[in-house]
Amino acid sequence: MLNIFCYSIAAWVLLIGLYGVVTSRNLIHLVLCLSVMETSTYVLLTLIGYRVGGTAPVFADIPVGTKAVDPVVQALMLTDVVVEATVMALLLALAVQAHKRTGSLDPHDLRALQG
Amino acid sequence: MNARARLLVFALGALLLGGAYMAALSQLAPLGRGASAYADILNRVCVRERHITDVVTAVNFDYRGFDTLGEEFIMFTAVMGAVLLLRRGKDEVQAPQEDELTSRRGRRRSDAVALAGVVFTAVLLLFGSYVITHGQLTPGGGFQGGVIASTALWLVYLSGSYKVMRQVGPKPLVEAAEALGAAGYALVGLIGLFQGAAFLQNTLPPGSIGSPFSGGTVPLIDIAVGLEVSGGFVLLLLTFMEEVLEIRLH
Amino acid sequence: MLVLQVASLVLVAMGATAVILTRNPLRQSLSMSLYGLLLTLMFFLFQAPDVALAQIAVGAVALPLMILLALSKVKQNERDAAYARQRDEKASQGERRDKPSSRKGQE
Repeated sequence: MLNIFCYSIAAWVLLIGLYGVVTSRNLIHLVLCLSVMETSTYVLLTLIGYRVGGTAPVFADIPVGTKAVDPVVQALMLTDVVVEATVMALLLALAVQAHKRTGSLDPHDLRALQG
Repeated sequence: MNARARLLVFALGALLLGGAYMAALSQLAPLGRGASAYADILNRVCVRERHITDVVTAVNFDYRGFDTLGEEFIMFTAVMGAVLLLRRGKDEVQAPQEDELTSRRGRRRSDAVALAGVVFTAVLLLFGSYVITHGQLTPGGGFQGGVIASTALWLVYLSGSYKVMRQVGPKPLVEAAEALGAAGYALVGLIGLFQGAAFLQNTLPPGSIGSPFSGGTVPLIDIAVGLEVSGGFVLLLLTFMEEVLEIRLH
Repeated sequence: MLVLQVASLVLVAMGATAVILTRNPLRQSLSMSLYGLLLTLMFFLFQAPDVALAQIAVGAVALPLMILLALSKVKQNERDAAYARQRDEKASQGERRDKPSSRKGQE
């Protein structure tokens, strides 16, 4: 039961982020909702990689063979956390440009793009 | 589509997606008991094989190095895209404006703030380079250290001024650092090719465990990624600041 | 340990909800920063110090900073556009014989 509850947090973060994207009336708000959606993968990967009683996979001062959590998913998240921030900057720059061209941050006003 | 219909479509989609997601999640191993054989093998052999004590860094820059090269270029492209989008348009003028973000109507910034800024900038730079260069020993590496080091320039702006920030971090230098970092990673990969092995294969001597020079090519890649990440974040900061403080609609 | 871990997960879920429900982007930059800290706490409690280090630097400094800069640019453009409208209105009252298009061409 606790098991499913923990995993369902990832689904909740994904869905609440999607709700924000769908109902957003401001492009900058929308970019942040997208960023929240992305964090749901962090929650899921963290949970998948965790081992009960495992330590961090750093063997600087503990002997090799100590039970440790999965290092592979951590490597996946680590690069994504940093790369995601620059992608967010790209999306924010897009939002700024859209506001310059249309005078509004509301996604509903972006009809000019259609033609 | 009005707001109501949009919500209805979302509710339907969310139900489907959420249901499918939960069904998939319920098939996963119980929390904390999943066993990935790959992870266990890595945790067991990494220190002996590569002389790297932080397995996450080893996975990032060695076992999975080619993947991370791709990630690094995603970042490079994203930064380039943001810089390109925020360049001066045809209907805009670029001229240094009064700094309206921090201007305090003639009040001078106190000396204590400036001094604290200098001290903490140095500390941040030092900590950033420590995290970069000790990536293979303790938690850290090029990605984290690069972000930490890039925040130093923001501190220069907060405690000094926009002018000082531009003098400390001139744009050509930052661009060069970013490009050098991105290219450096690919060049380190060539070392393997020259030694008759595969691209990005760790063929340099592993060194002694616990020394900053252990890990073969990993410290070199750490430094390259650190340069790229800090250069990229500083370039983003400079571009956004320029957009706010210098570029105005005509 | 398990209690702390579950509590951090619940905090993350609450933080994500708070970020989405904060409709004002200026306030959202603050809640986003707080959410970054909650994620850091989760990474830390689930034995991922490498990720926690990256998340705390990105979430606490880099991301909110770029949001604030983008917002201030948007506000500036709005102010400039309003100012330009006022100027144009005044100019059109002064010299009515000029068509708006030809005046734009002279600038």
